[in-house]
Amino acid sequence: MFAAVRSVLIRDLMLAMRRRADVLATLIFFVIVVSLFPFGVGPDAELLRVLGPGVIWVAALLAAMLSLGRLFAGDYSDGVLEQLLLTPQPLAALALAKVLAHWLLSGLPLVLIAPVLGLQYGLSGEALRILVITLLLGTPVLSLLGAVGAALTLGLRGGGVLLSLLVLPLYVPVLIFGAGAVDAGLSGMGVEGHYSLLAAFLLGALILAPWATAAALRISVE
Amino acid sequence: MLEVTDLECVRGDRRLFTAMNFSLRPGELLHVHGPNGSGKTSLLRTVCRLMEPAAGEIRWCGSPVRALAEDYLAQLLYLGHLNGLKDELSGRENLAINATLAGSRITPQQTQEALFRMGLDGYDDLPVKLLSQGQKRRVALARLLLNGAKLWILDEPFTALDSVAVKTLQAILAGHLDSGGVVILTTHQEFVIDAGRVKRIHLGA
Repeated sequence: MFAAVRSVLIRDLMLAMRRRADVLATLIFFVIVVSLFPFGVGPDAELLRVLGPGVIWVAALLAAMLSLGRLFAGDYSDGVLEQLLLTPQPLAALALAKVLAHWLLSGLPLVLIAPVLGLQYGLSGEALRILVITLLLGTPVLSLLGAVGAALTLGLRGGGVLLSLLVLPLYVPVLIFGAGAVDAGLSGMGVEGHYSLLAAFLLGALILAPWATAAALRISVE
Repeated sequence: MLEVTDLECVRGDRRLFTAMNFSLRPGELLHVHGPNGSGKTSLLRTVCRLMEPAAGEIRWCGSPVRALAEDYLAQLLYLGHLNGLKDELSGRENLAINATLAGSRITPQQTQEALFRMGLDGYDDLPVKLLSQGQKRRVALARLLLNGAKLWILDEPFTALDSVAVKTLQAILAGHLDSGGVVILTTHQEFVIDAGRVKRIHLGA
């Protein structure tokens, strides 16, 4: 089973390396959305410092939505997905491998570039540290929950819009505790509670989402 | 080996077939034929459990396939209309990943030989998207040579193949039947297999 999981993961990473435009597009979208806000709300440093974490989080949600549509769509249209369903391997494990690849390609780059964008908003070193930790805990949840939505909307016309409607509401708790952590940390309330809740979301999603994704994939392929 | 009893398949609100019965012993090939839209693909997809039957039962070596689950899938190789190949990967890479997922260990040497047998010598490192339709089909069919599955379910395996490749495929099918395998296939093409026993069922009016 581990060999199969590894081969799905390596295949998805290999495909991304041969189609770099897709990965870069998500990252550039994230950078542009975050950079647009200072133009929109004006150069008030105090205001930007307050807005920063929230803007970066919302942009991360939107960037995740952008790449989720492709998570299973390619495999669906070239028949690789039905072959995955017919392998004598647990489908949930294979789905988890695909989600992990998705996070490595479209979640992790956002986490790495977020501190640079945070500087644009005048965030302090402490605020940046909290932001990166919350993103590190939160973005895998976005990939895991998003995969369920992506599997459910597979092969539907206008699936992209439906996917956003299904998945974005589910992201709300992650957004609240992710963006709220920076504020709580800077005002001296302590961020451990936020970290713990985000970690709990992550564990919950890690356990439940792959099974839900696998079930949704079976329905979509039929 | 494979027994299908009273199988019924419903697609939307159309009943494609009811009370479908057949059984296959080792070395037997089932040729499903019938006009377009008569439910050939649905039958094949139901037998490999991609679709749930509306009624009826499928048994493999005496046990219901629903209960066998992954043990049944390990015995099964399905090739549908879609080739199931990644366009950006080469034939060799596609076959290697497929084999790992099927749980079989193959050496690069075996992959090479399989591609050679399918007449793809020299194309093994090209991305599949650069190959012609027929060549892609040959890469997909090379999986037959690299898999230990007993039950082959092939949906229109002869499409896009030239006459040489058709002969090769017939020889591969004959070899599989000789070694006690079972094949279910659909095709509109005439084919000659001088091994095992060929059964036919006709779907539709």
